[in-house]
Amino acid sequence: MSDTQLASSPLVTGEIRAGVPKVDPILVADGVTRQFGGLTAVDVEHVEIPRGAITALIGPNGAGKTTFFNLLTGFDKPNTGTWTFEGSNLAGVPAFRVARKGMVRTFQLTKSLGRLTVLENMLLGAKEQPGESMLRALVPALWRSRESQIRERAEELLVRFKLDAKRDDYAASLSGGQRKLLEMARALMSEPTLVMLDEPMAGVNPALTQSLLGHILDLKEQGMTVLFVEHDMHMVRHISDWVIVMAEGRIVAEGPPDRVMSDQAVIDAYLGAHHDTDLGSLTEADRAALRAEAEAELEPGTEEKR
Amino acid sequence: MDWGSIIGNAAGELISPTTAAYALAAIGLSVHFGYAGLLNFGQAGFMAVGAYAFAITTLELGWPVWLAILAAIVASVVFAFVLGVPTLRLRADYLAIVTIAAAEIVRFVVSTVNLTAITGGSQGLSGFARGFDALNPFGDARFGFGPWTYSGEQWWVRVFGWGLVLLATVIVFLLMRSPWGRVVKGIREDEDAVRSLGKNVYSYKMQALVLGGVFGSLAGVVFILPRAVQPGNYGTALTFFIWTALLLGGAATVFGPIVGAMIFWAVLSLTNGVIVGLRDAGVLPFISTTQAGQIRFILVGLALMLLVVFRPQGIFGNKKELSFNV
Ligand SMILES: Nc1ncnc2c1ncn2[C@@H]1O[C@H](COP(=O)(O)OP(=O)(O)OP(=O)(O)O)[C@@H](O)[C@H]1O
Ligand SMILES: [Mg+2]
Repeated sequence: MSDTQLASSPLVTGEIRAGVPKVDPILVADGVTRQFGGLTAVDVEHVEIPRGAITALIGPNGAGKTTFFNLLTGFDKPNTGTWTFEGSNLAGVPAFRVARKGMVRTFQLTKSLGRLTVLENMLLGAKEQPGESMLRALVPALWRSRESQIRERAEELLVRFKLDAKRDDYAASLSGGQRKLLEMARALMSEPTLVMLDEPMAGVNPALTQSLLGHILDLKEQGMTVLFVEHDMHMVRHISDWVIVMAEGRIVAEGPPDRVMSDQAVIDAYLGAHHDTDLGSLTEADRAALRAEAEAELEPGTEEKR
Repeated sequence: MDWGSIIGNAAGELISPTTAAYALAAIGLSVHFGYAGLLNFGQAGFMAVGAYAFAITTLELGWPVWLAILAAIVASVVFAFVLGVPTLRLRADYLAIVTIAAAEIVRFVVSTVNLTAITGGSQGLSGFARGFDALNPFGDARFGFGPWTYSGEQWWVRVFGWGLVLLATVIVFLLMRSPWGRVVKGIREDEDAVRSLGKNVYSYKMQALVLGGVFGSLAGVVFILPRAVQPGNYGTALTFFIWTALLLGGAATVFGPIVGAMIFWAVLSLTNGVIVGLRDAGVLPFISTTQAGQIRFILVGLALMLLVVFRPQGIFGNKKELSFNV
């Protein structure tokens, strides 16, 4: 493992550390904090997301990943902080405008529109629909051509996500994994530049996982930037170019996957979340034992998976 | 018992102006609740706003019919904004509470003694339909067939009322199969999802509230054409009856509100006829005429309960839509 650990990466300028500047950042956040009562859920000093790459955001439960997603996409308001997307300020911009700028997200708890058909779900994702204005909606001639354009694109995506057989079913009749797929496909209907996926693999069976991984790699091929939250370390290691680690609201480490997963701060972060012991007060032997345990957890299961 | 007149009366209710008003108000409610998922428990308020705007601009300002109708529309748009601006960004229940309260406020305001000169106080207003009657193209003679034989003036109110119902139905039909309708139905399902797809959810909810409110206001106008404006008519019971008509037919369906309103009034008329008939025949001697009128509403409540249990999707609704836990 250690031979793959470089002190630098083509994605960054300078030495790898938490908050390192990127060569070509698409999203830059500064001083973003969010408190819930006395709890500081997010406290991000500085972070940059590299353009055209797949970045994983990892961290233990309650680290603040979803909250950070909500803040960046306008679904929640921070106590402090600013961030820019492709150079334009996004702080205080409402969620629908964030999406229109090309930064589209999915949700940890899947939000399919149950009593709309799968195809209608897809069509809803498309931008620039003249028929979405109330007056023009009354005259089908004004929107029919755009409608058939986006319908074509929707059919293509449904085939790609193996949902084409379900196109006329209510989304509520899909399985949990199929809904994840639908949500992702729907987000792609808007032809975004940055796709933010909150736990795209949660609840998806291993066979589907493989195809989902393929889809995410495809997005990069097509020039999109991907930022995703995930607990499955195998997936993180397999597809991400860059990994950012959050713990207790802060960015504690970042770097290429191999390097990050052997990072002491990361191991501590993961351990700290489910061991009540204060790591500082342990003997060196205790620490070594815990570290081994954590490494075993962060390591993709080498025996069982190969 | 005179079955001929009982059934004749019920048949008359099918196309009465009141039924048209209920159908129109229920179409408005279907836009609110059935398509956009907005909980409006104050449709009676929209009807009152339309009725009073029409009557007052006609009586006080002498406006012609078309201008008075425009006033009713504008008043309901303003009313919708007053209700929507503070609540549509909040959870759905806030709109429900605010609409109930606002409808009651409207009713109390128009019956205030201090405003009697304008609103007629608790007496209400009358004599505003002359301009409308003057437009009657059917003349004075009675015509029609069977139970549907009316004077030209009565036909004029019916044609006008059902013409508006038809217009509203066509508008809702066109909108709900357009991309606009898709966004609105998406908001009903999950507004955050729709927001994440770049749609201005607040604006769409406002548009839906205004559109349904305008239909409610026009319903108010149709409702008063054959009678006087009475503040007592716009209580929560009216809102409840409109909801009954809507749920009877199916909330997110094109013809549901119309058929629901027709059934509602035909059944009310039938039960009333039967109960009064039984009383007159000496079968139900312990019931007074007033009580007979009240019993039919008990029956409506009972019918609604049965409906919710056995056909929760309404007559036109799609059973499949309700079989999901969404
Ligand atoms: N609306 C809220 N009100 C109060 N506290 C909240 C709220 N949302 C999140 N929190 C708290 O903020 C912290 C971060 O939560 P968040 O959902 O961002 O974690 P996460 O990293 O996404 O975790 P997971 O991996 O389990 O999804 C948690 O301690 C949570 O309890
Ligand atoms: Mg989360």
